[in-house]
Amino acid sequence: MAGRPDAIVVGAGIVGAACARELAHAGLAVTLVDAGFVGGGATSAGMGHVVLMDDSEAQLALTAYSRSLLDELSPALPRGVERDRCGTVWVAEDEVQLEGARAKQSLYAARGLESELLDATALRRLEPELRPGLAGGLCVPGDSVVYPPALARWLADDAVANGATLQEQVTVESVDGSGVTTSGGCLQANIVVNAAGAQAPALTPGLPIVPRRGHLAITDRYPGFCRHQVVELGYLASAHRMDDASVAFNIQPRGTGQLLIGSSRELVGWDPAINRAVLARMLARATGFMPRLAGLSVLRSWIGFRPTTPDKLPLVGQWPELPGLWIAAGHEGLGITTALGTARLLADLMLGRRPSIDPAPYDPARVSAAVG
Amino acid sequence: MSPAPAVTIRVNDAELRVTAGVTLAVALHDAGRTVLRRSASDEPRGPLCGMGICFECRVTIDGVPHRRACVVVVADGMDVRLDA
Repeated sequence: MAGRPDAIVVGAGIVGAACARELAHAGLAVTLVDAGFVGGGATSAGMGHVVLMDDSEAQLALTAYSRSLLDELSPALPRGVERDRCGTVWVAEDEVQLEGARAKQSLYAARGLESELLDATALRRLEPELRPGLAGGLCVPGDSVVYPPALARWLADDAVANGATLQEQVTVESVDGSGVTTSGGCLQANIVVNAAGAQAPALTPGLPIVPRRGHLAITDRYPGFCRHQVVELGYLASAHRMDDASVAFNIQPRGTGQLLIGSSRELVGWDPAINRAVLARMLARATGFMPRLAGLSVLRSWIGFRPTTPDKLPLVGQWPELPGLWIAAGHEGLGITTALGTARLLADLMLGRRPSIDPAPYDPARVSAAVG
Repeated sequence: MSPAPAVTIRVNDAELRVTAGVTLAVALHDAGRTVLRRSASDEPRGPLCGMGICFECRVTIDGVPHRRACVVVVADGMDVRLDA
């Protein structure tokens, strides 16, 4: 066992692994602890879509920043991370949604982010399996996909290669001002980072993070069926709703030729059972956009729990209610996209470096009773 | 003894006379074709269980991918693509 660490990162999902790596690179002695194994929670349940999102200025800033950090990292990543710069095609069903695509295009252009507006013909040229009659869309070529558990593992391994200690199958039971109490004993450090995703409130009461369940299905191999991650623009409306179950068409080609099909959103606590009615709605939504999907074989479906905050922005920064405690949690469905930006931002704040993007919108103080 | 009735199928564009009434997996086996596809990591794959359970013998039949050769009976004119 190494000596007393400078920082303990709780949770080795992609966000915690990225934070541990960033802090280790900055020269801190880091211990990364996970109750299970690296990337075994929401990280392994998600699609691995690294995507620009612009629900808010802050969301766009963090996704764009994180995407550029992945571009920088990309040459170092092993093949197993399966990074594919396939781009995103956002699909507009009608003129109203196409207007939304135009607005996105202008916004991205103003930020220096590449995107291309598609009319109906251009859309079907890019993705011929889409049904006729769609209005058009937007192609965002800089988006990519990764295999999230492999990326999380690489981040954790790189942290360890830079002096970090990794403890898997060690459960952190509580956090206090001097460190953590784990299933393996007490561990002291001046800094603790709660990166436990949707489990974060169990260690830090008061964090307004709830699990938002999603289903995914994966097919057998059908190479070439689609070439981009294809998402309906209606996804945004689905992602915003916090009432009942919502579904949206979202499909991703994997390197093996398999297709990942999403998405659904439900607030049902930690219920681990597949909801067949929601799964059926999700798949029907997908075949409505790509009719020939109906003839393909699904091999497996599963669920995961997105860590959701009330304003759909992650909590990144110091927790005002406990000195030494930092939060990096609440990334909803964007943890794979924003892990690298989150980690860099956290390290910048911790070490007094000047962050590349304004950290204020992600400051956990906004949800703290002690401050609010 | 008269020869068993035969049908003609096409395997990767080559005509093949096979015994009528047998499964495609048997017909291919009789013709010496035991590797029917490659795995995701590019390893050879062929019939294993022979009863529709293991999905190792998947081939494309008449344009439909991932059909199990062991549970499909050969038919005259059947078009078979092996990805091997």
